[in-house]
Amino acid sequence: METSRLRLRFVKTDNPPVWVRPLIPVLALVVTFILTSALIFWANANPFETYYHFLIAPLTTKVSALEILVKATPLMLTGAAVTFAFAAGYYNIGAEGQLFAGAIAAAGLGVAMKEVPAFITIPTIVIAGFAAGMLWATIPALLKVKLQVDEVVTTLLLNSVMGFIVSALLNGPWRDPNSGWPQSPEIGASAIFFKLIPRSRLNLGFVIGILVILVLWFVLTRTSFGLKMRAVGLGKPAARFAGIHVGRTTLIAALVSGGIAGIAGVAEVAGIQYHLIGDLSAGYGYTGIIIATLGSLNAVGVFIASLFFGLVDAGAQTVSRVLGVPVYLGEITQATMLLVALGFFLLQRYRLRRM
Amino acid sequence: MYIVDMLGITKTFGELVANDNVDFQLRKGEIHALLGENGAGKTTLMRILYGLYRPDTGIIKVAEQPVEIHSPKDAIANGIGMVTQHFALVPPLSVAENIVLGNTDGFVVNRAAMEAKVAAAADRFGIVIDPKSLVRHLAVGQRQRVEILKALYRNARVLILDEPTAVLVPQEVDALFETLNRLKADGLSVIFISHKLHEVTQITDRVTVLRDGKLIGTVDTKDMSQSQLAAMMVGRETFGVTRKDEQHEQQPVTLRIDNLCAKNDQGMPALTNVCLEVKAGEILGIAGVGGNGQKELAESLCGVRDCASGSIQLAGKELIGKTPAGFTQAGVGRIPEDRHEGMVGDLTVTENLALEHLNEYTRSGVLDHKAIRTRAEELIHQFQIKARPNDPVRTLSGGNMQKVLLARVLSRNPKAVIVPQPTRGLDVGATDYVRQQLLEQRDRGAAILLISEDLDEILALSDRIAVIYEGEIVGILPAGEATPERLGLLMSGAVKEH
Repeated sequence: METSRLRLRFVKTDNPPVWVRPLIPVLALVVTFILTSALIFWANANPFETYYHFLIAPLTTKVSALEILVKATPLMLTGAAVTFAFAAGYYNIGAEGQLFAGAIAAAGLGVAMKEVPAFITIPTIVIAGFAAGMLWATIPALLKVKLQVDEVVTTLLLNSVMGFIVSALLNGPWRDPNSGWPQSPEIGASAIFFKLIPRSRLNLGFVIGILVILVLWFVLTRTSFGLKMRAVGLGKPAARFAGIHVGRTTLIAALVSGGIAGIAGVAEVAGIQYHLIGDLSAGYGYTGIIIATLGSLNAVGVFIASLFFGLVDAGAQTVSRVLGVPVYLGEITQATMLLVALGFFLLQRYRLRRM
Repeated sequence: MYIVDMLGITKTFGELVANDNVDFQLRKGEIHALLGENGAGKTTLMRILYGLYRPDTGIIKVAEQPVEIHSPKDAIANGIGMVTQHFALVPPLSVAENIVLGNTDGFVVNRAAMEAKVAAAADRFGIVIDPKSLVRHLAVGQRQRVEILKALYRNARVLILDEPTAVLVPQEVDALFETLNRLKADGLSVIFISHKLHEVTQITDRVTVLRDGKLIGTVDTKDMSQSQLAAMMVGRETFGVTRKDEQHEQQPVTLRIDNLCAKNDQGMPALTNVCLEVKAGEILGIAGVGGNGQKELAESLCGVRDCASGSIQLAGKELIGKTPAGFTQAGVGRIPEDRHEGMVGDLTVTENLALEHLNEYTRSGVLDHKAIRTRAEELIHQFQIKARPNDPVRTLSGGNMQKVLLARVLSRNPKAVIVPQPTRGLDVGATDYVRQQLLEQRDRGAAILLISEDLDEILALSDRIAVIYEGEIVGILPAGEATPERLGLLMSGAVKEH
């Protein structure tokens, strides 16, 4: 009955050919373009023109190209944070809250250390931000390791708790009396990350982001702790059987992950805003999850994915300005891209075979 | 006339050809064995007949009519029932409820009527079972009877039994065979999947032999001897390893287990006062039907299960309280029961080989990738592992996976080796290799604790045999005095010998 038709079947293979990997982003982009075109039409814009502004226009001027790097900085850090936890099989959804913990530390010390020279202040706030993110991550990490409480739930819920803490600070003790907005007083000049290029927003935070990516790469691929982390993440029973301390490894990965997310908060306060504000993060902690996943939990992948998301972020603003389409189109594109890319990651394990 | 006729069945999984142009014919009112080694394609062929897999090519006829079987539902509609090795029963429900489940008439369940119907069916087929008892209170043999009755209740005329004796003690096997003979007399056809020759010659009328997915032939059982069937099955007259008999009385005790108690995952006592001694250069076999504490014993001795009380001493040093890494450092070679739980499938062969001894390859936190790689290449060569160093372990065959585990453990020359179910699911070649390695370790002077549900394996390898029943050691015999009958009695819990 079916014999006259061409019959194709998916056959599972364990080793996808090497050339498939670099093809995935390209294919994902093409499919995303096709899927989002309809929406762009609906917003009365030309999809090609829109994608030109999304992906190419930001690269054409120096100002907008630097802005890509600025946008990519927090994503690099939260992406690295999430990768560190996910690689060890600890699903930290709390980078958003841990980012704010770091931001609180930076905003507080940035004001308190006004009189202290920059070469002391800046390292201090970075370390304090790391410690604060770590401290906030300790609660769900201990619950997980000691009582097997699901970290996805606790880390996610603690993000809301952190939101209220920030709100309480900004509407209460830390409210800047000279401002109409709920924001903390401006941090001292000694705490501000210096600019890498004058008259741009690109600052020391980008360099810290790159350093963290390098450390992430080194730990994951070159150290025995990295191998232990990956073993725990990929097969807990086997790791335990081989004599790896699963609990200790998970705990360290969770805390370091929180610490890195804390640095992302420091970079936003000291590099961009100079205040603690309620919408300091445009969901960077959550976008970090997307970046880590698209970067397939390796440092190089995270770096590339965060640059790409920085590009789409920067592009979304130009698009809405130039073509009058909602900024949300940028977010829709990112979300579509994630789903499509995940689909391709799954499909690369299959081959199409004619029956 | 054939009640089932399968013609030219081919089924592939990726690169693996599980069935290669296989024909299979079942007569009405016969017990027909499907014989072959593990991985020969017996279960695959029957899963196709039962609608669990779709064949790539081939035709299935039931009572001379071509049929399309897309699901077990289609199979049941065609009068085909299957009892798999893993029973599909709901333990908290009663026997009657389990049998009627998915086959109820109407919305309202009339318990009394249901139980009466099931009792009548049980009576008609001569299966002794109380429809009211809860499945969780039943022994394995009784649960199997429930599964068979479930298939018959749905008007099965063809009954597929996948290795039905694997979970039974010898006495339960006799009861099963009695049931099967009665069903045969009623005109039912039974397909009996097995790799146990003595059972096949005892119960079946005809035998179809598969090897490496290919049909070797279908023969009348009465024309064949066990050794002729074995030859068809493995393609050579003799197989296996031979053990040199030696006296080990004068050897010191390497591994001493004293009054060991442990609980299972549900918190129930699984091991009760287990006392064992394994001497240097000796293989102590632990025989027993699955689920009598073997898993807990192996895990306790591997340091991955907390023991309630007792002591485990290796060459006089206490191991209780040590971490798994501590067990390894003390000199225990630990091979896990489930290969997939011993290695990280997504890590490479190289990484898995190094995993137990990372500290030796680490200098101030940084891994010496070169040393790890060199060591891995040596071990791959030495243990004849058919894999490249960078292949993820999950892509390896079961035999090669087991070799990776053996390489990781045995290359360290451990003082004692714990090996639960070392050849489960392996083909003949890999099985022989693994057994040979264990014998070499024994000759080197290691104390080997072999836990196996395969009685033939225990008998072939062990110097002494201990039998475990409900978490207790109910007898220890020298290999020379152990007969399958004597072990069977011990394994069923009927007697204790001390």
